Amino acid sequence: MIRVILPPHLRTLAGVDGDVELNVNATVTQRSVLDELETRYPMLRGTLRDHVTQLRRPLVRFFACGEDLSHESPDAPLPEAIATGSEPFVIIGAIAGG
Amino acid sequence: MSNIRVLVGTRKGAFILTSDGARKRWKVSGPHFAGWEIYHVKGSPIDPNRIYASQSSGWFGQIIQRSDDGGKTWNTPGSTAEELKSPDGMPKGESNKFVYDGIPGTHQWYDGTQHPWEFKRVWHLEPSMNDREHVYAGVEDAALFESKDGGASWNELSGLRKHDTGPKWQPGAGGMCLHTILLDPQDSQRIYVAISAAGAFRSDDGGKTWKPINRGLHSEYIPDPAAEVGHCVHRIAMHQSRPNTLFMQKHWDVMRSDDAGDSWREVSGNLPSDFGFPIDVHAHEPETVYVVPIKSDSEHYPPSSRLRVYRSRTGGNEWESLTKGLPQRNCYVNVLRDAMSVDSLEPCGIYFGTTGGQVYGSADSGDTWKPIVRDLPAVLSVEAQTLP
Repeated sequence: MIRVILPPHLRTLAGVDGDVELNVNATVTQRSVLDELETRYPMLRGTLRDHVTQLRRPLVRFFACGEDLSHESPDAPLPEAIATGSEPFVIIGAIAGG
Repeated sequence: MSNIRVLVGTRKGAFILTSDGARKRWKVSGPHFAGWEIYHVKGSPIDPNRIYASQSSGWFGQIIQRSDDGGKTWNTPGSTAEELKSPDGMPKGESNKFVYDGIPGTHQWYDGTQHPWEFKRVWHLEPSMNDREHVYAGVEDAALFESKDGGASWNELSGLRKHDTGPKWQPGAGGMCLHTILLDPQDSQRIYVAISAAGAFRSDDGGKTWKPINRGLHSEYIPDPAAEVGHCVHRIAMHQSRPNTLFMQKHWDVMRSDDAGDSWREVSGNLPSDFGFPIDVHAHEPETVYVVPIKSDSEHYPPSSRLRVYRSRTGGNEWESLTKGLPQRNCYVNVLRDAMSVDSLEPCGIYFGTTGGQVYGSADSGDTWKPIVRDLPAVLSVEAQTLP
């Protein structure tokens, strides 16, 4: 079970209260986690990645195990602690403006 | 007795103001979509409980929201609770997928160089007069999209953006936005749009092909003041009974056309400033027009710090100031282009919102005003609905 923490605005949009739990039946990467997240919560499509290019939106960041993975390959395996669910995959909106 | 519902979009959420036909006591609900920019909220003319909203954020991009119960509950179109449980599989989640048709190409940038078209947000939603599932979206960077499935998916009407003049369009200070969409109530094939800063355009074939309609506009701030395109049109308004007569608030100048935009003449007359953003027409008097003069393009507040709506009962040129109930000292708010609307009761009600968060209403065609709410986030749009 993968745990994903969404930023508050996207929690509201997706209609979830806390962490999102996902089953990913593939190598656990940013892409496979986000694919499953967007399948379960289609209203999140386009909010994290561009619909067409699938590139991360500029003010969205991905963290795992205290590391900023935003600039890692979306196909690189995520840390084992993410794959086992002991640590969450954290999505945040960059701290900018307001 | 009819009821009134006023849909308000702000920098930090949407609000819904409701009253009975007396328009004296108002209920305020919201914020809906708290914390998000709501550029526009508008109901279907044939099913007023079907409401579309443009929700956006610099972080998470564009969202389209839809309500089928007058704004009590909302969903991203195509992702309702029922659709999420459908045996046909999960929805596509494409209600916010605004993709330009073909290779987007380039337009003029602020410095005169060419710049690629990039989708940023939906400024204006215009539901069809005939089909509640059909809705148009005016977007930044300027283009017109339509949905025929209630906002679940969108296609560009690309004949507009691909017009020969496209590379000459340039952004105004607020971005290169398509902010005005007017549908001709007597001719379903005729659509008007306006773009900052390209100008006004008309289609006579349902949006397939377009022509610039800017003859008579004069803009001293562009290299050729009478150019075919490049004018910073802020807003256009039409009375339903006279779709060939258009009123325009340009960057500077209030203009009028009586030939469906083929030619324009200035009707600024005695206004204290002919700079401004919104313009609207009385619901029952097609020659009664409203504007809110603003001091200048660098000083976006009312002249003499007095908030005044100006009304012309002669289709322009002769304007009277309407001040009763509006602040007449130390007022430095702006009224944005989509932030004025009229209801269709008798007498006509008129509403506008300010960047200071006030929404003012008048139940007597503008003679007197009262704030309905005073302390909302900056108001981006106001749409009045007259409910049976």
